Amino acid sequence: MSDANQRIDQIVKNNDIVLFMKGTALFPQCGFSSRAVAILDHLGVTFETVDVLQDPEIRQGIKDYSEWPTVPQLYVKGEFVGGSDIMMEMFQAGELQQLIEDKQIAKA
Amino acid sequence: MPMPAEQIEALIREGIPDALVEIVDLAGDGDHYEARVVAESFRGLPRVKQHQRVYEALGGRMGTELHALKLTTATPD
Repeated sequence: MSDANQRIDQIVKNNDIVLFMKGTALFPQCGFSSRAVAILDHLGVTFETVDVLQDPEIRQGIKDYSEWPTVPQLYVKGEFVGGSDIMMEMFQAGELQQLIEDKQIAKA
Repeated sequence: MPMPAEQIEALIREGIPDALVEIVDLAGDGDHYEARVVAESFRGLPRVKQHQRVYEALGGRMGTELHALKLTTATPD
């Protein structure tokens, strides 16, 4: 496993909910990332974010790690959930709420 | 780097032969698209896998040449 892969693996495993995004939760730098943050805020869960713009190694590495070509990317309990479109679809169908409940993640 | 809607549609159809593809140019700038891809071969696949099939069909252009593609996938009713 490459260094980037190992670092990402650590991040994903050490956080219940982690969003790899462009910018920060307060200042998202891209519409898709902004939408992903808004969904998580709405769910009322605590989540960690990783700003890929600050870390070129992770910016490239996360795409290989997830086999997913774009950012944002959501991980819940070490499992890749998807990008912002999937998050929105799941949120609208109540599936994201269900996932959080099933994984027994405490609300903020 | 703009990419014409016809090219996106052609690539997806080539990669997923049974796909019905609808593309909307969201901003009129050839750079922000919405795609809806409906395919029988998606049946039984989780959403992540369905989207991955579309990204595969786009052959690495997603996130590089093609910046913004809002994607929804479904199976025929």
